[in-house]
Amino acid sequence: MSIVQSFPLFSIVLGLLCAIGCFVVPKQWGRRMTLLLLLASCVMQGWVLRFCYVNQTSYAYMMGHYPAPWGNEIMAGLLEPGMGLLFSVVMLLSVIGGGRHIGHDVADGKQHLYWVTVDLTLVSLLAMCYTNDIFTGYVFIEICTIASCGLLAVREGGRSLIASVRYMVFALIGSSLFLIGVVFTYAITGQLLFPQLRQAVAALWAAGTYRFAMTVAIGLMTAGLAVKSGCFPFHGWLPDAHSQATTASSCILSGVIVKGYAVLLIKIIYRAIGAEVFMASGAQHVLLLLGIGGMVACSIDAIFAKRLKVMIAFSSAAQIGYIFMGIGMGTAAGLTAAVLQIVNHAVTKPMLFLSGSQLSDASHGRMDFPSLRGAGHRNVPAGILFTIGAVSMVGVPLLAGFIPKLYFAREAFALGWQRWPVLLALAVSTVLNVLYFLYTAVLIWLPQEADCRFTAVKPHWDEFLPGFVLAGLNVAMGIHPGPLVALIDKAVALLGR
Amino acid sequence: MAAMFDHLLHNYEEAAAIALLSIGFCMLLFDRNLLKKVIGLDIMDSGVFLLLADRGFIAGGKAPIMAEAAAEAGRYVNPIPAGLVLTGIVVSVSVSALMLALTVRVYQTYRTLDVDHLYMLMSHRRKGGRA
Repeated sequence: MSIVQSFPLFSIVLGLLCAIGCFVVPKQWGRRMTLLLLLASCVMQGWVLRFCYVNQTSYAYMMGHYPAPWGNEIMAGLLEPGMGLLFSVVMLLSVIGGGRHIGHDVADGKQHLYWVTVDLTLVSLLAMCYTNDIFTGYVFIEICTIASCGLLAVREGGRSLIASVRYMVFALIGSSLFLIGVVFTYAITGQLLFPQLRQAVAALWAAGTYRFAMTVAIGLMTAGLAVKSGCFPFHGWLPDAHSQATTASSCILSGVIVKGYAVLLIKIIYRAIGAEVFMASGAQHVLLLLGIGGMVACSIDAIFAKRLKVMIAFSSAAQIGYIFMGIGMGTAAGLTAAVLQIVNHAVTKPMLFLSGSQLSDASHGRMDFPSLRGAGHRNVPAGILFTIGAVSMVGVPLLAGFIPKLYFAREAFALGWQRWPVLLALAVSTVLNVLYFLYTAVLIWLPQEADCRFTAVKPHWDEFLPGFVLAGLNVAMGIHPGPLVALIDKAVALLGR
Repeated sequence: MAAMFDHLLHNYEEAAAIALLSIGFCMLLFDRNLLKKVIGLDIMDSGVFLLLADRGFIAGGKAPIMAEAAAEAGRYVNPIPAGLVLTGIVVSVSVSALMLALTVRVYQTYRTLDVDHLYMLMSHRRKGGRA
C-alpha cells in the first residue's frame, strides 16, 4: 500500500490535532496553525486525487484492525479527494480574505476558538467526503453542525446569536431525520458500510421485501440532508445564517459547508443505496421538483432582499436548487452537471461574499442597496471582483457559471417528462439572476451622488488577492472546462462501481 | 384491531421508541420555547437509541465480552448497536450542551426564550441597513 493512500486519514487526524492545539496556543499561532493545516490538506488531497487519477481507481482504506463488515472504512475515488481539495482551497482563501474581519468581529479572547471551529469544520467535511460508513457519516454531520454553529455564533452581536439558534433548530431537525433514516436502514439490512449496505438493499429490493420501509428510510435520509443543505423549501435558516456571520464564515458556510452535505447525499445514493434502488423509490423526482422550486422561489426572494449579503445568501439557496435538480435528473450526465455546479458555486460565492464585505466597508459598513451606489469606485478591486462573480452567476459564457447551465440544458433534452420543467426553470432562473445580480453590479458602478458622505478606501491586498485567485479559477473553468468535465465524468463513473 | 394491539404489545420496545421519537420530533419542530426544543431533541434521541439497542438485543444473550469459548458466540447480544448507541449519546450530549449554551446566551441578551419572538426581533432589526 502506498503512503499516499493514508493521506485522507492523515489529513483528518492532523485537523483534529490542530483543533486541540488551537485551544492552548495564542491566537496568532492558532491562525498560523490553521493556515498550515489548510495548506497541508490542499497538498494531501491533491496528491490523493493524482494517485486515483493516474491509477484510475478507487480504494477502501481499513480503519483499525477489523475488516468489513465489522470494522470501519474510508473510501477514496476521484470524487472524494476532488471535493476535499476544493473545500480545502476555498476554506484557505476564505480565511485569508476574511482575516481582517475576523479580527474585528470576533472578541480578542475568543479568536483561538474561531480557529478551533475552522479546523473542526475542515475535519468534518473531509470525513463526510471520505467516509464509507453511514453512521460515521452521521457523526461527522453533527460535528459539522456544531463547528458551523460556532463559526456563526462567534461573531459579536445579537443578530448572529438569533441566526445561530435558527440555524441549530433547522440543522437538528435535519440531523434527526437523517439519524432516524440510518437506524431504519440498519434495522432492515443489518449493515452500515456502504458496499455491504448496497448489496443488502439491492437483494431486499429484488426480493420485494421491506420496500415501503426502505423507501421511508431513503426519504428520511434524503430529507435530512436536504434540510441541512438549505434546499427549498427548507432554506428558512440560510439567509440569516449566511448573512449574519463574519465574512470568512459566510464564505465557508455558503461556499463549502452546504456542499459537504450534498456530496454525502451523492455518496449515499450511489455508493450505499445504489442508483437503481434510489430511482425506483421515486425520491429523485422529489429532489428534481425541490431543486426546480428552489431555483425559482429563492431567486424571487433574492430580488426582494433589502441587503446585499441577504441577497447573496438567497442566491446561494437558488444555486443549491441547481445541485439538487442535477441529482434528481437521475442520470450520470445530470450528476456531472450537479458536481460542476458544486465547483462553480464553491469558487464564485466566497468571491461575492469577500467583495461584498469590502464594498460594505467602503460604505461605512452599510449593506443596503442605496448606500452601495458607487461603492465600486470607492474600492475598485472589490468592485471588479463583485462584477465578475455577479456576471458568472448570471451564466455569461467564458465564466464558470455558464458551464453547469450548459450541461444541465444539454442533459435536459435526454430526459422524459422532466425536459420542459428543467429547461423552463433554467430560463426563468437565469432571467431572475439577471434582475438581481446585474442590477447590483450596475449599481456599484453608478456615479456617486453629489452629497455622498462615503470616501474611497485603501484596498488591502490580503483581502482582494484571495478574491482574485477565486476569480482566476472561475475564468479558467469558464474558458477551458474540458479537463474538469473529463475528471468529473470519470469520478461519476467510479462512483457507480 | 385486536391483532394490531397484540402486535404493538409484542413489539413494545419498538412502539415505545416510535412514541418517544414522535413526541421529541414534534417538540423540536412545533414548540416555541427554546428550552423545550432542547428537551424534545433529547427525548427524540432517547427514542432512536432505544430503537437501536433493541435491534441488537437477543433474549437470554450475554454481554459481548469474548472471554469464553467461541462456540457460545451465538448467545452474545450484538455489540454493534451498543457501540452506535454509545457514540450517539456522546454526539447527543455535545449537541445538547451547545444548544443549552446558546439558550443561556439568548436569554441573557433578549430575556426571552420564545423563538417566534426572537425571529420577530430579527426581522425588525433587519430593516436597518447595517451588516
